[in-house]
Amino acid sequence: MSTHTEAAVHEHGATIPTFAKVWVTLLVLTGAEVLLAYEQVPTLIMLTILIGLSVIKAALIVAYFMHLKFERLSLFLTLFPMLIFCILLMLIFLGDAMRLPGMRPGA
Amino acid sequence: MSSQVSAVASTSHWEGGRSPYATNSKKFGMWLFIISDSLTFSAMLFVYTYCRVATPNWPTPFHFSPSIIFSSIMTFCLLTSSLTMVMAVHAMNQGNRKAAAGWILGTMAAGAAFVVLHLNEWMNLINNEHITAFGNEFGVPLFGGTFFALTGLHMTHVAIGLIYLGIVGQAVVRGKFKAEDVEVAGLYWHFVDLVWMFIFPLVYLMSAKI
Repeated sequence: MSTHTEAAVHEHGATIPTFAKVWVTLLVLTGAEVLLAYEQVPTLIMLTILIGLSVIKAALIVAYFMHLKFERLSLFLTLFPMLIFCILLMLIFLGDAMRLPGMRPGA
Repeated sequence: MSSQVSAVASTSHWEGGRSPYATNSKKFGMWLFIISDSLTFSAMLFVYTYCRVATPNWPTPFHFSPSIIFSSIMTFCLLTSSLTMVMAVHAMNQGNRKAAAGWILGTMAAGAAFVVLHLNEWMNLINNEHITAFGNEFGVPLFGGTFFALTGLHMTHVAIGLIYLGIVGQAVVRGKFKAEDVEVAGLYWHFVDLVWMFIFPLVYLMSAKI
């Protein structure tokens, strides 16, 4: 019974048109990133937008290609909150990077 | 009373016989590896970004042609290889081993194209822009150090993925591996693709020569 249910769930998430749509969306977002790189935007704003687009792309890959959307919620809750927490902890130091140029002698 | 207790015990998560994640151990093991490897790449990407923001005269050696064009094609190769990998898993779930082997071969071809283009891009930087891992004409040696470490580690992952897929592909042809084994290999390959989704904008596009 459970095998049958799991197969049905897998089949539900494994439709080829869905994969194709995700692939096209990823290509479009990549194209948008390349176009953005040639706009005269301040570094930090550019960095924020590019990271935002990358997170959307990563979420699409994890959810559909890596099938996490169709896995049990407990798997997501076990794996991802601590990963996101650790990455956010790293970002604490980014403030130093912004202050450093102004602290150089003669700046 | 005792039958009630035994009924409760048999359904307890701590008594075994139940899978809290409804997944097999190979897949769960690969997920754990992916999370730990994500932290490695996150730290390296953070170091690159830190240096980029903290250095006002950070080099921008990536000309539209060939660097940005090449890296965009490399992104296309990896995204397409993810699609073919998904198709391989789908074919295995349908029990079609021949189609699965074909899709895996397609994935390997796209991955190999990525490596060739990436090596070409490296050679362009080394020979034409005179950037190495230890120094460059811009006077910011951290650029080469962080760039080659990050992209080199990623390329190593792609190369290992090609070997992994080769082993899985030939086992599929010989009727040895099951669908879940192909799915686990697919998880690794998608992760390699996922990491590039951050390297491409943060490394190449943030240092594009405008």
